[in-house]
Amino acid sequence: MSNLAILSPLLIHLLFSILLMFAWRSLKWQKSLTIIGNSIALAASIWVFILVYEHGTQTVQSGNWQAPFGITFVGDMLAVTLVLLTCISGFAVAIFSVVSVIKARLKFGYFSVFHFLLMGLIGAFLTGDIFNLYVWFEIIIISSFVLISLGGEKNQLEGAVKYFTLNFLASMIFLTALGVLYGLTGTLNMADLSQKIVLLENQALVEICAVLFLVGFGIKSAVFPLYFWLPASYHTPPSAVSAIFAGLLTKVGVYALIRVFTLIFVGDLFLETLLLSIAILSIFSGGIGALIQNNIRKVFSYLIICHIGFMIGGLGLFTTVAIAGTIFYLIHDIIVKTNLFLISGLIYRLRSTSSLQKLGGLYDQYPKISLLLAIPLFSLVGIPPLSGFWPKISLILAGFEQQNYWFVGAVIFGSLITLVVIAKVWSEAFWKEPKPVKKWKKFVDFSQLKQIQKAQLIFPIAFLSVVSLYIGFGAEHIQQLSERIANELMDNQQYIDAVFKTRTDAR
Amino acid sequence: MKTIILRTASDFLLPVLLLFSLFILLRGHYLPGGGFIGGLVAAIAFVLDAFANGLKNTKTLLKIHPGFLMPVGLSLAFVSAVTPLFFDLPLMTGLWASEPIPVIGNLGSALFFDTGVYLVVIGASLTIIFTISEAA
Repeated sequence: MSNLAILSPLLIHLLFSILLMFAWRSLKWQKSLTIIGNSIALAASIWVFILVYEHGTQTVQSGNWQAPFGITFVGDMLAVTLVLLTCISGFAVAIFSVVSVIKARLKFGYFSVFHFLLMGLIGAFLTGDIFNLYVWFEIIIISSFVLISLGGEKNQLEGAVKYFTLNFLASMIFLTALGVLYGLTGTLNMADLSQKIVLLENQALVEICAVLFLVGFGIKSAVFPLYFWLPASYHTPPSAVSAIFAGLLTKVGVYALIRVFTLIFVGDLFLETLLLSIAILSIFSGGIGALIQNNIRKVFSYLIICHIGFMIGGLGLFTTVAIAGTIFYLIHDIIVKTNLFLISGLIYRLRSTSSLQKLGGLYDQYPKISLLLAIPLFSLVGIPPLSGFWPKISLILAGFEQQNYWFVGAVIFGSLITLVVIAKVWSEAFWKEPKPVKKWKKFVDFSQLKQIQKAQLIFPIAFLSVVSLYIGFGAEHIQQLSERIANELMDNQQYIDAVFKTRTDAR
Repeated sequence: MKTIILRTASDFLLPVLLLFSLFILLRGHYLPGGGFIGGLVAAIAFVLDAFANGLKNTKTLLKIHPGFLMPVGLSLAFVSAVTPLFFDLPLMTGLWASEPIPVIGNLGSALFFDTGVYLVVIGASLTIIFTISEAA
């Protein structure tokens, strides 16, 4: 049973993407299958989470080849938490896609690729082998290329080309770094790397290698100054696709950074300073970028960059409190950012425009929906006791402890600017008088949808809002979880033991 | 490009290439080679046939849409990867028959995985090539 456990969400997504390929011709079947598949995967990920929460880190040596020679899958607390969050977001976005994505896109295997993308994300979180991590990254970017270019509209392809080029470059840099690392140590297992890298004589080369990893993952997680592809591409695909991209694709880069810089390249002062300065600059550039944008989805895209800075900064401070803040922020951010882009999709459905200048009057016309949308928007700002507030306490606390007032200032500046941006979005889109919009010929307005379709648009947003509310009001649980993860990350001996434990057990 | 030489040659080459692709597929289960390269060889056999006799003929020869091979191959690979779980072994562990079967040799789950890869590669490459040549 333990062999199946941690990989079950991954296998379920793989199975359902295969089943969806068999149901290629029937959209009706595909829609039901994807909802069933995501529900089962969600249930499985909850099971895995509880299992790891109670029994500690679980490992699987795939193919029964023992570490460090085979590929190890490691379900530690951080990995399974992220798998759970992936499945939550995937579940919400799948339901949202059923109504919001147009037929021309669904017909070409949208759902199947969507499941492949989720599988890639889960694989990336679970793997304990750094080359295998690269392979999962490839699966993620190939699936995301399909999703971002499916439909083939002009501006969509423009965004896809930018997205493709920079992510491809990031993969190449990552692969180069891998090659150097393998040349230095002769191993790819992350736990083994962690033990061997400290013994190396040539620490200068290790540092260069670390910087290469930083650049590769930095492009993927869109930190300053490597973020330009993100606002140029995230507003072009359907909002369901940008929701999963915003919620998870940049976060997988952050996850990789956290994993690599807590396990392999530990305690390098130069890197920590570098991470901190990148973080501060990301917060500033993302925040200011968000201020001047007019398209609601571009505003949210810049906010992603701004908030990536919080997480990278926590990693840069490198104390248990700071890492706990980073993890808490990661948990909060995945749910809220997914929800934000779903909201932008819903607003588009209500008003047929994403331009802040033309939007307006939503509160007047749809008071209940507006109140629902207020939850994630103000969670993002972090008005206490909503979910964005708590991680910032840890981050600011850690900043004071380390006497790094620049970072404390940046976090406060970032929060304030988020508040300004969200207040602007709120007053422009919800309170102001709307301007007349020329509607696209085939546009189906929200009021023309059937009752069940309306429910399928509202339910995912409500579901994610409830999760956000739980993160806010049940902050104690999440804080405990984050602290536990942070302790596990800071004391990586436990991770290493878990990977090699099976070697001593097995006969 | 309908020269008689190419057409006649391709009629003979198609079965030979397919047989060769099967040889590569099987040889791969103890020696270098395997599903991926075998699938490519098989796809080339059909592409050559499409060059010589036209795309329509190849499609009628294939009977099924090549894209259908992808889910079939994937499910074969999936099943062979998952089967060890039922014997309480980790994912993708190679299971081998205890006694070699005469003529064929020792059977293992790796062969089914490779066959899955073989089908996926044929399906994917033919779908891509057919789509491009139809659009051109």
